[in-house]
Amino acid sequence: MNKYVWCALILLGLLAPFVVYPIFMMKLLCFALFASAFNLLLGYTGLLSFGHAAFFGGASYVTGYLVKNSGLTPELGVLGGTLFAALLGYIVGSLAIRRQGIYFAMVTLALAQIVYFVALKAPFTGGEDGLQGIPRGDLFGLINLGHVYHVGGSPLGLNLYYFVFVMFCLGFWVIHRTIHSPFGQVLKAIRENEPRAVSLGYKVDRFKLIAFVISASLAGMAGSLKSLVFQLASLTDVSWHTSGEVVLMTLLGGVGTVLGPLAGAFTVVTLQSELSSVGSWITVIIGSIFVICVLLFRRGFIGELGRLLKRSL
Amino acid sequence: MTDHILETKNLSKEFKGFTAVSAVNLQIQRGHIHALIGPNGAGKTTVFNLLTKFLIPTAGSIHFNGTDITSEKSADIAMRGIVRSFQISAVFPNLTPLENVRLALQRKLGISYHFWKSDSILNQLDERAMELLDAVGLAEFAGEVTAELAYGRKRALEIATTLALDPELMLLDEPTQGMGVEDVDKITALVKKVSANRTILMVEHNLKVVATLADRITVLQRGAILAEGAYAEVSQDPQVLEAYMGSAHE
Repeated sequence: MNKYVWCALILLGLLAPFVVYPIFMMKLLCFALFASAFNLLLGYTGLLSFGHAAFFGGASYVTGYLVKNSGLTPELGVLGGTLFAALLGYIVGSLAIRRQGIYFAMVTLALAQIVYFVALKAPFTGGEDGLQGIPRGDLFGLINLGHVYHVGGSPLGLNLYYFVFVMFCLGFWVIHRTIHSPFGQVLKAIRENEPRAVSLGYKVDRFKLIAFVISASLAGMAGSLKSLVFQLASLTDVSWHTSGEVVLMTLLGGVGTVLGPLAGAFTVVTLQSELSSVGSWITVIIGSIFVICVLLFRRGFIGELGRLLKRSL
Repeated sequence: MTDHILETKNLSKEFKGFTAVSAVNLQIQRGHIHALIGPNGAGKTTVFNLLTKFLIPTAGSIHFNGTDITSEKSADIAMRGIVRSFQISAVFPNLTPLENVRLALQRKLGISYHFWKSDSILNQLDERAMELLDAVGLAEFAGEVTAELAYGRKRALEIATTLALDPELMLLDEPTQGMGVEDVDKITALVKKVSANRTILMVEHNLKVVATLADRITVLQRGAILAEGAYAEVSQDPQVLEAYMGSAHE
């Protein structure tokens, strides 16, 4: 894609906290990374995982525990959470890729429910309360992520924001590179016609597993960052609602497009926050919007835009 | 002694009591175009699936160049040099023909797991890919979306992709199925052209194509070999006439 588009997006990201409430912006980034990681599987490998909350939430618990109870610095906490998600992704992936289609989705859902149960019952996760009051700590032991600047009278947690932003860019870059690599090319072949990919001599299971692990790790990274932003790791993060939400975000924005999951995550998170005053009706509203979108533009916002511009976005 | 590139011994496949393929002893001579024919449901495609391990044989063994490959996996078989095509056209529809062929060429570079590298590294394959596309008459469509190509062109692309692997043994599952007359002639000529220096085993319904191309023919019926030989012999065999050709030559 066009270099200018990327530069503009990065500039927007850098300036955003001066315009938008930083915590909200960071939440957007976390979910955008989560959805992008998910899209690597659904959009580029053709695998529908219905258990990605296990990686997102699991990593947020691990990061929370490492930072709060073991006193690690935040970057090590995020690293630990990401590695945990990678390992969990390896286990779940190894089991799930033995099945295809709906059965694949069911295996991932079932295993994610086990993670949910562990998060509910294990002694170190805080049960119903989750892990609360996770400290943001000092980045590399030097930069206080909790520091608040006062710009024009409004308090801004810029240190944390830019940390999250850099990590988001890093994660997004990994996904983008994976998609546009020789490896990504084989993933697309598997998505398009798996038996043919096999007959060309590709061991598709190995490709699927690596893609699964990359996707799980980055979903984990998003969860780790989220736990630092909200200073909270909770059962919501590992529940199947979250797994469903990320499917929704990806489909709304445009599955199999690079920018689609970003647009989808921004839309869903913004709606949730704008409509929070209407209470439980929010699910009805978001559900209706989803139905309308699927009926009117099946390819998602970015997918349809890409079709109009005749280029892949 | 004749040189057999592929040999099966008592190859059998049962599906829950139904015997789809029973004790097939197939011998494919190196350099031949060998055709596998037979009425619908005779087990031709099942044999293909067994040979390429998309199905696991119930009994019997498969030998490629003298090596027993019965217990190997599909991808390993492909790496050995046995590459198949499919009954319905097997292309990657949302990629371009160029990308389709490059995917086959890419494997040999040994970088297919390198997710950290830019795909611009694959541009080095473009020249060879274009040669292959040119060989099947698709050079001018290299940048289109494959899904939008005509059916005959998709089949040609499939052959180009298979050729890209430079297989020792090519398995073609009904290469002319569902084609108009002109396309059939084109594909027949193409198969003839690519058969130089390699062995081809093909399943084919169109007897004209078989008569033109095949050095040797095996007739399958109800999963077992009914007759084998050159077209002239086989087409005179009374059993074959009754089982298959009789109805086809009405």
